[in-house]
Parts: sequence; structure tokens; C-alpha cells
Amino acid sequence: MAPKVPPQPTLEQSTTAAAGHGHAHEAPPKGLMRWLLTTNHKEIGTLYLIFSLTMFFVGGIFAMVVRAELFQPGLQLVQPEFFNQMTTMHGLIMVFAAVMPAFTGLANWMIPLQIGAPDMALPRLNNFSFWLLPVAFTLLLSTLFMPGGAPNFGWTFYAPLSTTYGPPSTTFFILSLHIAGISSILGAINIIATILNMRAPGMRMMDMPLFVWTWLITAFLLIAVMPVLAGVITMMLMDINFGTSFFDAAGGGDPVLFQHLFWFFGHPEVYIMILPAFGIVSAIIPTFARKRLFGYASMVYATAAIAILSFLVWAHHMFVVGLPLVAELFFMYCTMLIAVPTGVKVFNWITTLFRGSISFEPPMLFALAFVVLFTIGGFSGLMLAIAPADFQYHDTYFVVAHFHYVLVPGAVFAIMAGVYYWLPKWTGHYPNERLAQWHFWLSVIGVNLTFFPMHFSGLAGMPRRIPDYALQFADFNLVASLGAFMFGASQLLFVAVVVLCVRGGRKAPGRAWEHAEDLEWSVPSPAPLHTFDTPPKFERSSH
Amino acid sequence: MRTLLVWLAGGGLFAGSLQTALANGWNMPVGVTELSGDIYSLHMIIFWICVAIGVVVFGVMFYSLFRYRHSKGAKAANFHEHTLVEVVWTAIPLLILIGMAVPATATLKKMYDASDADLDVMVTGQQWRWRYEYLGEDVAMTSNLATPRTQIRGEEPIDESANYLLEVDEPLVLPVGQKVRFLFTSDDVIHSWWVPDLAIKQDTVPGFINENWVRIEEPGIYRGQCAELCGVDHAFMPIVVHAMEEEEFETWLADRREAAEQEAMGIDREWEMDELMTRGEEVYNAVCVSCHQQDGSGNEPAFPALAGNQEMLDDRDWHIDTVVNGVSGAAMPAFSNTLNPVEIAAVITYERNAWGNDSGDTVQPSEIAELLSD
Ligand SMILES: [Cu+2]
Repeated sequence: MAPKVPPQPTLEQSTTAAAGHGHAHEAPPKGLMRWLLTTNHKEIGTLYLIFSLTMFFVGGIFAMVVRAELFQPGLQLVQPEFFNQMTTMHGLIMVFAAVMPAFTGLANWMIPLQIGAPDMALPRLNNFSFWLLPVAFTLLLSTLFMPGGAPNFGWTFYAPLSTTYGPPSTTFFILSLHIAGISSILGAINIIATILNMRAPGMRMMDMPLFVWTWLITAFLLIAVMPVLAGVITMMLMDINFGTSFFDAAGGGDPVLFQHLFWFFGHPEVYIMILPAFGIVSAIIPTFARKRLFGYASMVYATAAIAILSFLVWAHHMFVVGLPLVAELFFMYCTMLIAVPTGVKVFNWITTLFRGSISFEPPMLFALAFVVLFTIGGFSGLMLAIAPADFQYHDTYFVVAHFHYVLVPGAVFAIMAGVYYWLPKWTGHYPNERLAQWHFWLSVIGVNLTFFPMHFSGLAGMPRRIPDYALQFADFNLVASLGAFMFGASQLLFVAVVVLCVRGGRKAPGRAWEHAEDLEWSVPSPAPLHTFDTPPKFERSSH
Repeated sequence: MRTLLVWLAGGGLFAGSLQTALANGWNMPVGVTELSGDIYSLHMIIFWICVAIGVVVFGVMFYSLFRYRHSKGAKAANFHEHTLVEVVWTAIPLLILIGMAVPATATLKKMYDASDADLDVMVTGQQWRWRYEYLGEDVAMTSNLATPRTQIRGEEPIDESANYLLEVDEPLVLPVGQKVRFLFTSDDVIHSWWVPDLAIKQDTVPGFINENWVRIEEPGIYRGQCAELCGVDHAFMPIVVHAMEEEEFETWLADRREAAEQEAMGIDREWEMDELMTRGEEVYNAVCVSCHQQDGSGNEPAFPALAGNQEMLDDRDWHIDTVVNGVSGAAMPAFSNTLNPVEIAAVITYERNAWGNDSGDTVQPSEIAELLSD
């Protein structure tokens, strides 16, 4: 991907884009039809974000059920069968319906604005990608009401637990994942097409904001691995309904093959959920440190390196499955290697802060917490990479602590940072700073109370995915549950801030943050429905 | 200078409190084998490396946040690149990682060398119990959770002295000082046999045999759990290893062999209804209860009710076949290689005459033995 001058956006392209989103002169349909038929990237972005926030609460309620049951030893609220459905649905909803759509929503809103494009390259496809999601997840959630209940085999749905031994609703789960996967692939195609073809004249690849860069790389990851997920769930479908034995040892199949395929998708999937977060944080930190991002080029190369390595580390999820020694060594070395580009990113952020002029607006608070807490998740990741030690860590609460640190104060905090950062652009108002600060501090305290003790319960021997536990784990679990309730409740503040900000608040100018430099700040706040109908002149000084 | 001292003091306090926390049962156990000790050292080395990096990185970060506040009139500098610095902070982590990879590789190689074992034990995962076979010794047993379900469900208080959820009816007995090789497999889904003090966690995969080994250095009782989600009762299939001196172990093994022979002799004689019911209840409560429930009410749709199950009562042969061979494609396993003929006959008799079931018939061990020998 050598830097090169992109083709000038031709007249034809702008016409296509304009035709797609209902012409400015025609009155757009009103009410529900407007949202159902919209091809405007800002409206679709909003739809994605609302959907994601809704699902964040649905998945959050499942997590609350889990934490309530684990509040003390013994079974109090739910039976193990339902508990397993809750852990499974929590994972599936958070990964596929909350975090991924949130990033896609931000991409929809911000990528055209950041590259000076009038809309996404394929606006009708964009509409279709979004509307697949409510279908997919209505289907998934409906399995809760089916005989035999919802999927109960963990979000990793290992065969044969999910095939021969799965509940009848597994087939619906497969269908819903297929639909969500198609949505992701179409979204990724659209993002790639937009970034490669529709940048403002004069904007080279190496001039793009890092959010655009990280999303471009993420989109390639999505296109590479979503078909593998589709393949593996299709094989499950065949095993369940058509008598094949891909994963059934009794018929000559291989349950371990399932894990290879799943994690070949699953590991890049982890980076799909974190690379755009890197992009958001790389936009926010320079803005509030009033200083250019340190090492722009090395940030781009580090992102690309992480993406490439992500295809070479999948079996570190399988260290205890009985791999040969040489495979263990290969995957251990590659996994350790990922620490290098990830470290580069953290060092760059911190050096950006060094000798800056730093203020602590809500987006910055979340971005700073991201840097610290994501790094803690990175440390436990480095520990997990040590294969011999992983024989003790694997499938314990240590792992639960690790991936929640990267996903909650990692991905989710970055999304929230992005929302606080761009809300003035979306609504024309600043979010209420006092409420946002409360939201931040309660979230930071809650998230650490929830997940920090899990490191210890894991090391002390508590396996994950159990509805009841031995008495020595009681204190850790009590604290974690209290933290989780606190974290869950404080997210209501987030909704309050967003709703209040949409309704009113201090007026924001076009350049809502004084030192923000990317192209989105050159249009008025709130951004009008149609922006950059004529391509802006891109000036190099932006980076 | 003062700032530096404050940072050093803070760092020391932090490291000290971590050390205390880790020493108080909040950490990975050192364990009772050479390898568990090696793994523990690796864990602690990488942990302190992370702490050291964290102190430096977060130190610089919080220093910057404090020192360069906009509200205190800080003016931003203008640098945004420095090739040398960037090369250095790519190279240093790389060197640290190489330093870490060397001992990790050595330990991993030791873990993978299961050759020249003194004793082979086959570990089979089953929903939701473990089966142990001492290969070549004619001794085998099934190990079930011993914690009463009533305590789990909160119908009676948890007995705090009884290792809640970590107690079994039949612990795995192993000799100290000998190299024991484990062969792991599963009859149904993937489980994972994990005992932290032995630093062994190995998945049991249906259709595959995995290997691991242990040489326990101290006699004692070591507890663990299934670590891979395996269905409803994943939380309720603990592992207990009872490590004893070699002579003691040999005696135990001989006793077990004799008991197995005794039971085998019982196959040929005619059993009374009472005897079968008593034995059957024991077997049922150890093996069947987790799915079909204590009162035989089951858990539809996966686990059918046995109490009042007319289909089962009407068709005795079908009932026997189901218990012996299992139901393919469903959760019901084949018990022909888990239970002996006496146990199978007793549990079927029990199911046909308990909870108001009134078939009145018995199933004799000899009948099952004959069926199995075909
Ligand atoms: Cu298990």
C-alpha cells in the first residue's frame, strides 16, 4: 500500500452518490420510512449507533444476570442451563451487536467527513448492511423463547457441544450469524471502496487520519475472516441437519478442526474490535494535548503489522488442546511478537502527551483511561502468550479479566471517547461536561472493581463459565459483582448525556475543539445532511 | 530530585503491596512438581517484567499529564517524530521478549516429554464426571461430585468444612515420586482436566488421545476442576488427586484389584430386588442424577423424565439398550464401558421401581453380562 495520489473524484462518482441519498430537492420520506429507506451516511451512522447502544444494554442485562448469580456461592437466581445461555448471549451480543456495529456507525458518520467525501461509495448497500442487523439479532434474541432455550455453549460455540449436544435453536443461531456476517462484509466493502476512491483531491494515503487508516485495515481483516466464520457455521449446520461429520469424532470428524477454523476467524476478530479504537484515540490525544501525534507513520505501520500478525497467532487460544510442540512454539513466538507493534502505539501516545499542553475534556478522559487500562490488558495478554504458563491461565478468570480489559476499558471506552468527541459535530451541542465527568469516574471505578479481582480469582484457580464456585473465590466474586452493578448503572448516565446533548446544550462551532485538525471540523456543527458536495481542497499541513 | 524520590517511594509501596497480595493465596500456586515450579517462575518473571514496564510507561504518562497541564499555562512543543527513539523502543521490547522466550521454550520442551513413564493412567471426560483407568492394572473407577445437590440449590446450608464443589466420591490415587503419564480422551464433548498444583491442564477431546505427565513430589490431596465448558454441569465435575507414598499406593491398588474381582463374581448369582434397589440408588445418585434429577423428573426436552415414563416401563429391552448403548445424537451416553454389569443391572432395576414406578421386575447382572459379551 504505497502512498500514491488517488484518482480525482470524477463528476460521475459524485452524481452516483447524490442520486443514492434521495435528491436534495425532493422531500425525503417522513417518519419510519425515512429511516428505513435512507441512504445518507450520517443517518445510517446514527442508526448503527442507536442499534449498538440498545444492544449494549441488552448484552449488559445478560451480564448483570451472570454477575447476580455469581454474587455469592450456591445457586440463587438461575439454573445452570439458563446461566450458560446468559454467558453465551452476553458474549455474542456484545461482540457482534454492540461493539462491531458501534465502530461501523462511527465509520459511517466520520470516514466521509474525514476524507472530504460526499457520502459512502455505495449508499444503497450501506442501507442494506444496516437493516440486516436488526433482523439478525431479533432472530438471535428470539431463541431465548424457543423450546430448549437459547444457545448455551459459549460465544466460541465449540463443537461438538454446539453441534451434537446443542439445543434445537442452534440452527437459528447459525442463520443469525450468517446474516450479521453478510452485513459486516458488505459494510467492509463499502468502507474500502469509499476510502480508496473518494478522498478529497490531494489527500494521499499517508495523509489520512488514523481513524480512516485503522478502519481501512480493519475492513480488509473483516473481508478476510468473515467468510471463514461463514464456512465454519455452515459446516455446523451440515453436521446438525444433514448428517455430515465435520466435527463429530464418531463419524471420523475432528472437533479440533472446529477450533482452528473458529480462531482463524476469532483472533483477527479481536483486532477488528480494537484497531478502530486505536484510530479514535489517535485523533483525541493530539487534540487535547495540543500537539501533533507523535510518529504518524509508525502508527500506520504498527497497525498493519498487528493486522498481519493477527493471522499467525490463532492457536494461542488452543495451547491446551493437544497441539504438537512445534506448533506451540510457533504460536507462542508470534503472539509475543505482537507486543512490539502494540508497544509502539502506546509509546507514541505517551510521547504525544509529553511536553504537550493537556486539558481534560470528557473525550480526553476516556482516551487516557483507554491508554492505561488497555495497556494493562496488553500486559496480561503478554503473560497469556507464554505457552507453559498458559497451561495454568487458560480458561480461567484470568483470561476473562484479560479480554474484558481490552474490550471494555479498551474498545468500549474508545467508542465512548469517540462519541463524546464527535457529539458536538453530530448535534451542534457540547455534551454536559459535569454529567460526562460523573459517567467517566463511575465507569472507571466500576470497570476496575469488576475486572481487576478476576485476575486473582483466575490465578487462584477459578475456571470460567461456571454458575457456582468453591468458597475460596467468594470475596473476589462479591467485589466483581458489586463493580459490575455499578458499571452497569452508570451507563444510564451515558444515555442521559447523549439524549440531553441531542436536545440542547452549549452551542458548538464548526471547529468544536480548538486544536482539532481533521476535515470533519471544517464543516459546520451540526454537520448538515449533505457535506462536501464539492470536494474540499485538502491542505497538507493537517498532519 | 524530590519528585524522583516520591515516585520511587510510590513504586516501592506499589510493588510491596502486590507482593503481599500475591503471597496470600491470590496467586498461581507453586505446586508440587518440578514443572509446576518452573511454570510458576515463568509466571512471576513475566509478571515483574510487566510491572517494571508499567511503572516506566505509566510514570512518564502521569508525569506528563501533571506537568504539562493546559490549565497551568503549558505551551505545547512541536516535535512529532524521532527515528532513533522509535527504533530503540521497538528494539528493547524485542530483546526482552527474546529473553523471555528462552526459558519458556525450555519448560515447554520438558512438559512435552512424556516418555519412560512408570504408570499410565487413562483419563476420560464424560458429562459430568471423570473416569480413571490404571492401564495394565485392571483397576478403573468413576469419580463424581460428592457435594450434595441440596447444598448447591440452597435447600440446606453449605458445609464450609467439606470442600464445597471440590469433593468427589472417588479421588484419583497416585504414587509420589513416580512418573505418571496421563492419556486424555472424552466420551462426549470436550472437557479439560485441570489440577493447579500439578500444573496440568489438558483438554479431553472425543476421538483423540492427548498426553501429559506428572511426577508429584509431596504426598497430599490436590483439587481441581473441569476447565472447558462442557454443558449444564460443567461447574460440577471436580477433580481430586490423592498422592501417596509408593508402598501405600501399591497396597491400595491391590485392594482395588481384589474388590473388582469380587464384584465380577457377583455377576453370576441371582440378586434380590432389595439388593438391586440399594445398589441401584447409589449408582443413580452418583451417575444419573445430574440430568434426570433425584426424583426422576428429568429436565425436558434434553433429559426425559423417568418417573412415570410409560414407554420405558412397557419396553424393558429398550430401557436396557438405552442405558447400555446410549442414544446416538443425544445427550444420553453409553454406559457399557463406564459401569460394570452389576451397576447397570442395579440402576435399571432402580429406575423401574423407584418414584412410584411399579414394573415390579428386576434386571439381573448376568443378563447384562451376557448382552455385553455378544
Ligand atoms: Cu467438563
